[in-house]
Amino acid sequence: MTNYSLNHLQELEAESIFVMREVAAQFENPGLLFSGGKDSIVMVHIARKAFWPARIPFPLVHIDTGHNFEETLIFRDEMVGKLGAKLIVGSVQEAIDSGLATEETGFSASRNMLQTISLLSTIEKYKFDALLGGARRDEEKARAKERFFSHRDEFGQWDPKNQRPELWNLFNGKKKIGEHFRVFPLSNWTELDVWMYIRRENIELPSLYFTHERQVFKRDGMLLAWAPFMMLKDTEQLETRTVRCRTIGDMTCTGVVLSEANSIDDIVAEVAASRETERGNRADDKRSESAMEDRKKEGYF
Amino acid sequence: MSEEFNSDEYINMELLRFTTAGSVDDGKSTLIGRLLYDSKAIFEDQYEAVKVASEKRGEEYVNLALLTDGLRAEREQGITIDVAYRYFSTPRRKFIIADTPGHIQYTRNMVTGASTANLALILVDARKGILEQTRRHAFIASLLKIPHVVFCINKMDLVDYSEEVYNKIIEDFKSFSTKLEVTDIRFVPISALKGDNIVDRSQNMNWYQGPTLLYLLETIHIASDFDLVNCRFPVQSVIRPFSDEFHDYRGYAGRVSGGIFKPGDTVMALPSGFTTTIKQIDTFNGSIEEAYPPMSVTLLLQDEIDISRGDMIVRENNVPQVDQDIDVMMVWMNEKPLKLGGKYSIRHTTKELRCLIKDIKYKVDINTLHRNLEDKNIGLNEIARVSIRTTQPLFFDKYKLNRITGSIILIDEGTNETLGAGMII
Repeated sequence: MTNYSLNHLQELEAESIFVMREVAAQFENPGLLFSGGKDSIVMVHIARKAFWPARIPFPLVHIDTGHNFEETLIFRDEMVGKLGAKLIVGSVQEAIDSGLATEETGFSASRNMLQTISLLSTIEKYKFDALLGGARRDEEKARAKERFFSHRDEFGQWDPKNQRPELWNLFNGKKKIGEHFRVFPLSNWTELDVWMYIRRENIELPSLYFTHERQVFKRDGMLLAWAPFMMLKDTEQLETRTVRCRTIGDMTCTGVVLSEANSIDDIVAEVAASRETERGNRADDKRSESAMEDRKKEGYF
Repeated sequence: MSEEFNSDEYINMELLRFTTAGSVDDGKSTLIGRLLYDSKAIFEDQYEAVKVASEKRGEEYVNLALLTDGLRAEREQGITIDVAYRYFSTPRRKFIIADTPGHIQYTRNMVTGASTANLALILVDARKGILEQTRRHAFIASLLKIPHVVFCINKMDLVDYSEEVYNKIIEDFKSFSTKLEVTDIRFVPISALKGDNIVDRSQNMNWYQGPTLLYLLETIHIASDFDLVNCRFPVQSVIRPFSDEFHDYRGYAGRVSGGIFKPGDTVMALPSGFTTTIKQIDTFNGSIEEAYPPMSVTLLLQDEIDISRGDMIVRENNVPQVDQDIDVMMVWMNEKPLKLGGKYSIRHTTKELRCLIKDIKYKVDINTLHRNLEDKNIGLNEIARVSIRTTQPLFFDKYKLNRITGSIILIDEGTNETLGAGMII
């Protein structure tokens, strides 16, 4: 007898495909936020499945801080080429040069916060009415409160205390002109689900996720990758270690972990045994207890 | 976990979505905290952050409620405002918890959490027995047709693990539960704080022969929670590649909401009523022989007929109800009250129309289930039976037969807010 049930990865994938198709149907001008990290790579993979054999019916949108790992950008451009997708880049450097954004100074200066400014001006410039993001509810406590369809007002702000109820699979994407939605098809996935899915689907990833040697230094209990634009304090020393990235973001706030994991199977074993969340290595979340909520209210990813 | 972790097992796990309702006093946060902690879903940095936050607030214990209360306002006020989703897994299943506040003013959140759940976990304080709140939670589970309801009689340690107390609570509940429509009700005596009957069998309650809570969650049969008989396929969009390779390709993308579709089946498209056969069922990974809920697939039909978003593909000899007039149990979710004669946007499956509120038949007292035929003022968190007329026919099933084709939401045409959730009677 056939067992008419899906396993949990199949069910999560079916849910994500449903959400992406709703976005394509309910909005006029959606885009898919692409950071080069594993979650956004999985998003692109699912988007291909959702609309196959047609092409993904929206462009990829990358908010480039100018402080990205080089490997991320190479990977991004190769992938876009293979897909025949359209890429839109919102540049933080441009926002700084044009006076829209002001660069932070000091040792822990990061362009993470400035991404919001570039993101919102990119949304305005291209008139996006929905942006798909790869954020998951298990990542962070403010994200645990997110809807699949998350409304943003004309200033790009999130009002977490006044969210629309979201029932069954009836998604309400109605909005006024100038407002937009952030949509999170991977809401119900966990970090381990993402890795197991990458393994099952054989998805290609940037080399940063696998073990490699790199110049790093220790700060606030994290290992950060060194780059010429990062200032070292007197007490901090560069050393070469065997590391990999557990998440990929702007270099100034993405920690690396000591690891010899060389394959997806190694990584899965490492993630399954890990006692720390992946965002435990994110300096941007450590600024205060509600750092994520505060940034999200202003329009962050 | 690392030694035991088996990738192939992990791939084959089922997904169980459950909702928890209760207040902090019931020990709900303690229970969730324990399930997460014992299944190693709380990470050290999360635990550390909660510990620091608890100390800052001058609290004696590590307050696991801070794990789920993610918003600043929730932490400041020590209450849960909104649904929070939590995830954990055991080698058998992956679990999604929709953790909802249990107070009457948060009925809309309970309903939201319950709408996608396979199972409801309702906490009862053994010292207090069945309260108004317990009845409310049970009623919502029944109204939303959650297939399985588990009552956790908690704080058994505070009543000397007494079998009598436990039996008395079950008796009390049964006199009330005749009014409910829940097919599968279970009871488990537990102590979330001490860990009795959560993961391991309690040594303190040898009189209880049933499963532990976790074992129940891991094994309860959920595969038949979907309707596998009545074929329903609401069309989300039409896939037309316009490429050389797929020049004439026309596929209907959607998620199977009921039944099993196979190539060769004779199907009917609604509202047109045209019939044809299924030529092929496509996915990115290739064509498949059967499509069933909750799969997202693309149907290719033998004949070119006019089908677009909002239409429904069904079996020729098994069609849903088609009508412009429906009766629903409506849960109101907005400060602005429901308006008799009011016009709203209505969303049902992939269809969006306008509708008119023709009649408010009665209001239900959510604590006693009493029907009030006089009071027609339906405000936030209130429930009423309502008659609605839509601008065009809907294709629907009764909610108790199919939760997907039997549910609607109402949307304000001015503010675009979601105002109410309705279950078709």
